Amino acid sequence: MKKFSWRGLSIVIFICVTAFYLAPLAIPNLPEWWAKNKLKLGLDLRGGMQILLEVDTSELSVADARGAVDQNIKIIRERIDQFGVAEPSIQKLGDKRIMVQLPGVSNFEAAEKLIKQTAMLEFKLVTPPEDSKRVLDQIDLNITNNLSFFPALAELDKKDKVILGRDSLKADSVATGTGIFSSLVRPGEVDFEIQYSDVRLVQELLADSMFLQAVPMGYQVALEKADAETARSDRNLLVLSTAVELSGSDLAKAKVEYGSATSTDPRIANKPYVSIEMKREGARKFERVTADNVGKRLAIVLDGVVYSAPNIQERIAGGRAQITGKFTSTEANELSIVLNTGNLVAPIKPISTSIIGATLGSDSIQSGSMAGVIGLVAVVVFMLFYYKLAGFIADFVLVFNIGFILAILTAFGATLTLPGIAGIILTIGMAVDANVLIYERIREELDSGKTPRSAVDAGYKRAVVTVWDANLTTLIAAAVLYYFGSGPIRGFAVTLAIGIVGSMFCAIVFVRSILETFVITATSKKLSI
Amino acid sequence: MRIFQNTNIPFVGIRYYAYALSAILLLAGIVGLAVNGLNWSIDFTSGVAAKVNLKPVEASVPPLKIDKLRSILKSNGFPEAEIQFVGDEENASFMIKIKSKTSSSDVSSDTKGQILDIIQANLPEYVKGKDISRDVIEEIYEVGPKVGGELRTAAKLAVFVSLILMIVYIWFRFELTFGLMAILALFHDVFIILGIFAITGKEITVQIIAALLTIVGYSINDTIVIFDRIREDLKIHRKEPIPEVFNRSINQTLSRTTITAGTTLFTALALYFFGGSVLHDFAFAMCLGIFFGTYSSVFVASNLVIDINSITHKEKKTLQHLTKRK
Repeated sequence: MKKFSWRGLSIVIFICVTAFYLAPLAIPNLPEWWAKNKLKLGLDLRGGMQILLEVDTSELSVADARGAVDQNIKIIRERIDQFGVAEPSIQKLGDKRIMVQLPGVSNFEAAEKLIKQTAMLEFKLVTPPEDSKRVLDQIDLNITNNLSFFPALAELDKKDKVILGRDSLKADSVATGTGIFSSLVRPGEVDFEIQYSDVRLVQELLADSMFLQAVPMGYQVALEKADAETARSDRNLLVLSTAVELSGSDLAKAKVEYGSATSTDPRIANKPYVSIEMKREGARKFERVTADNVGKRLAIVLDGVVYSAPNIQERIAGGRAQITGKFTSTEANELSIVLNTGNLVAPIKPISTSIIGATLGSDSIQSGSMAGVIGLVAVVVFMLFYYKLAGFIADFVLVFNIGFILAILTAFGATLTLPGIAGIILTIGMAVDANVLIYERIREELDSGKTPRSAVDAGYKRAVVTVWDANLTTLIAAAVLYYFGSGPIRGFAVTLAIGIVGSMFCAIVFVRSILETFVITATSKKLSI
Repeated sequence: MRIFQNTNIPFVGIRYYAYALSAILLLAGIVGLAVNGLNWSIDFTSGVAAKVNLKPVEASVPPLKIDKLRSILKSNGFPEAEIQFVGDEENASFMIKIKSKTSSSDVSSDTKGQILDIIQANLPEYVKGKDISRDVIEEIYEVGPKVGGELRTAAKLAVFVSLILMIVYIWFRFELTFGLMAILALFHDVFIILGIFAITGKEITVQIIAALLTIVGYSINDTIVIFDRIREDLKIHRKEPIPEVFNRSINQTLSRTTITAGTTLFTALALYFFGGSVLHDFAFAMCLGIFFGTYSSVFVASNLVIDINSITHKEKKTLQHLTKRK
């Protein structure tokens, strides 16, 4: 570049942006801030599950209805987090719809049930330590006998054996037992603890119906709620008795309160907690349970997660109790809302569901890329053959154009869907159109006896108007498609639009620069076109 | 190398043959639409579409016959189920579709679970040794009646709105006659493709709607390139009769029209043959669209402008007023 020009600058920016966003796909070990800008694959390519839910707000007032949808989203998010899905997406669509996308989920029945279920509050007794140990041993035994049903654990077992062989003493001192499951568990101050790195595995196990069958009759294994402030810390694991002593329907109302700073009870001192009041029947049950089980612990379980498990000090009459735990005030507030309404604030109903198997997704990627490569090679060869050097320049720039589409998709945080791939492939065919228009025009100008330089100038001058007119209409179609479409179709519209913009830039600015900088000088007599 | 250099094909002269051909195609399409109707996919009708793989793990089990699956679903409460092989018969991939017949909720949200249960209960030898979620289910779509209806409205509206926007754009850039005739040519393209889909009984999916809109964009693109040239030539050759100017413009742009149609058609064909089962019908619609879109741009759109102009501007023999604004 001899002199500064806007055209030169725009090409430099174009190349830099493309390189920046494509680098994470090609180069491993980039710093995290860079690597996280990586092109995401849509659900139809990765496999997974998508559920569109509608919130029934017909029985709520207008003001409540608005809050209800947001509240439901929060609850669903909480539940999905418990289910252990990587990168779930939960979006509000319109006024009362919620789109839940769970990439990579294969146990779709469990996932759907989890999302649809109503919140369940239960009071259950915590199994005494010695019994808990026995339950874990029994689980180990059952799993070992049926190891083929637990691929994740079987793998872990293999790894453990390697470690144990080398350093059995060390492994033993950390884990509670040597069994497959209990090796994940270690004794904590009061309850068992699960190391943070194993939490997801345990969550998946707890959602697995095979695992539930491995738990001895009458018992249940549950995780304690994650501490909101230290979300990445270890979690407690409790063994409960399955008998429901008290349930949400026994509750009259719940509200958030704050313990005074001077309170003698460390569990509520200066902290938010939820106080609950029971119905008459519930109060009676509560009194009986507390009377019969003094010295034991009573777990307050919401949606299968233990919120707190206080010791029963004495018989409690009057039907009042407090749920204390590691709450932030927002969480305490949400809990009280959930308890008050007994379930999701307003009922939700799935109105459409898509499940895409992982195999189909990878097949689609494969055949999509195959079609793309064949289309690209054909177009490239044709352009080279038909326009010679100018065709080569158009081909060179076409490769940048495809990179640009992928880069801008990444920059927008958009996902690449199968129709999106189709959009890119069609763009390959259509992208050369602008070049064809311009080149044909330049040929005509050359035929009328102009020098290469003035032919390029005149050709561009005339063809650019047409390029604009022709592409703007396609852009209109893409915009309409984006506005009315949803999901993968939007992905298609976005790629189409980016492709149009990219190809116009490439033809009008990029190709012309190369032509004028490297190919023709003021005195050249011939142009290879 | 060059193709179509200095051609002088009488596109304008043979326009009545083109009109006749278009009329026949449209008529066939309309008859197809009237007799068969459009086969809306479950995206629009609501219902369940499940693709399952029932290839037995054990080699001794004979491959599952489609009739057997059909009769099992029929005797278990789904007589309306449509079943097809997807891809090679050897892979034993079946597409099971159960469409809601009415707009009210025919297919409940448990239907997919029921189908899987029926398969597991009645065809245990074909699912034995497989993980249902991982190995049997390839994809499942379940669409509630509400979403289906909305989508149908949105699809129609999308096609309609994009056509209107294009009329306005061309009106702004050229003239109303050009805009209206370009859109007439687009309707022609879309109708013929819909007609072909009706006659062949292929499903109208969301992806087909996307293909139709892309075709709308592509075809108008083609038409505008020719219009642009006509507008330019009208300015240069003010004295010549209009049909001659039009004919020359179409011939001048012919090589570009052919090359672009060729490269785009080629990529669409690559999608059709190598793009996999999911994109098959989409690519089919694109191929048809590129073909008919190019045909209508060359033979129909600008010729219609000539005829409409001669009707509405009898006293003035030229279209010069079109270029006055420039």
